[in-house]
Amino acid sequence: MDLGLIASSIGPLASGVPTTLALAAAALGIGFVLAVLIALGRRSGVILVEAPCRFFVSFMRSTPLLVQIFIVYYGSGQFAAELRAWGLWPYFRDPWFCAILALSLNSAAYGSEIIRGGLDSVDRGLKEAGLSLGLTRMKLFVLIEFPLAIRQALPGYGNEVISMIKATALASTITIVEITGVARNLISETFRPLEIFIVAGGLYLVLNALAAFAIATLERRLARHRQADPAAGKATKARPLAAATLTEPVR
Amino acid sequence: MNLQLLSFGPQGWADELLHGLAVTAATSGAAFVLALLFGALGAASKLSGSWPLRALGQGYTTVFRGVPELLVLYLVFFGGDMLLSAVAQTVFGVGGGFKTPVFAVGVLAIGICAGAYCAEVMRGAALAVPRGVLEAADSLGLTRWQRFRLVLAPIALRIALPGLGNILQITIKESALISVVGLAELLRQAAVAAGSTRQPFTFYIAAAFLFYALTLLIQVGTRRVERRMRRA
Repeated sequence: MDLGLIASSIGPLASGVPTTLALAAAALGIGFVLAVLIALGRRSGVILVEAPCRFFVSFMRSTPLLVQIFIVYYGSGQFAAELRAWGLWPYFRDPWFCAILALSLNSAAYGSEIIRGGLDSVDRGLKEAGLSLGLTRMKLFVLIEFPLAIRQALPGYGNEVISMIKATALASTITIVEITGVARNLISETFRPLEIFIVAGGLYLVLNALAAFAIATLERRLARHRQADPAAGKATKARPLAAATLTEPVR
Repeated sequence: MNLQLLSFGPQGWADELLHGLAVTAATSGAAFVLALLFGALGAASKLSGSWPLRALGQGYTTVFRGVPELLVLYLVFFGGDMLLSAVAQTVFGVGGGFKTPVFAVGVLAIGICAGAYCAEVMRGAALAVPRGVLEAADSLGLTRWQRFRLVLAPIALRIALPGLGNILQITIKESALISVVGLAELLRQAAVAAGSTRQPFTFYIAAAFLFYALTLLIQVGTRRVERRMRRA
């Protein structure tokens, strides 16, 4: 074990952190918006909307993310002429655009299942109460269903955040130099895989821990009203993230 | 899109893709078996009474569930070659670079990572077995091993089954990563075909649907086995 190399590789590897975070943040943000739309589509009751949504979710969750990235980045080359005609080619030629597109779509598929679960958990009585107050469907969703569903879905979405931080490593296969990309380059320069792995892996663990902490804080904030009642507060104590991973599928 | 490229025979690439699919199935099957082994060891140490073992199990599941599989793959890929060359040099006195077979590299890397998820599933299942059942086994005078083999394991297996089916799907999806270090599995074959025909979309989408078919097969199979076990 070369401690000097460990110390000297921290700087270069840490320089990949902003790239990793930027990819994860963009994919999670866009993915979340799409996830809500897909979840609504799957609950719309219109078969022509439901069926494509169901197929999309199933396909994205059952095929490797790496294949999805390759379809977007390399596959788009097959339609270069058409894309050029529509003025889209500069986007599809850009690895950043392709990585974020593929990661967002992937995150949307996983996220929509979590949000769907949250929406399903909203008490019928609350919706009926809203309707009896004369709220429009839109207001009912924005003011009642959505906030309650999000609170319920938050622990699951926490796992999605961590899973997406890990998933950004695949962007290194299409020339984006984030943490894993730097690690690969350093390993082939130094021929010391273990030392580099320890530092790079450590960085990912720190990012995951920070994300888990942020989600747990958010969860506590959203459950503030429950802590007024000590008995209920105990019952809704933040669920550990690890327990939820048992049921949540991973990429 | 020229679909003739996806036909069998010398004109098309169907043979190559199906061969890749077979390699993918073999790789993920082997990785899954390894994951079960690592998972059982991980779960046993996390549930054991000695704290160093518990810490080891905790460290294993935390690290390998939190670090990207690609990074682990690089560790095993580059580390394996170096370890092999060092052993050859010191033990047998043979110099020169040795190459670890990519199949072994891939199976080991995916097996280690999936094993960490397996350990959590198995631990959860073991904890979900009602205490009373174990106490009943004790009161019958079963030894610890008998209690494990005849009571705990069969019940826990049934509880763990959906989770384990999920992990098998994960190993299939993750086996695609091994194409990065050059194993001729499905994605790699698709990449070769894409390169020589200049039809990347056709081949990557074909590979995606073959992956889809394989994981759907596992989903249906898992559901079948689950239903069968629930009948018992």
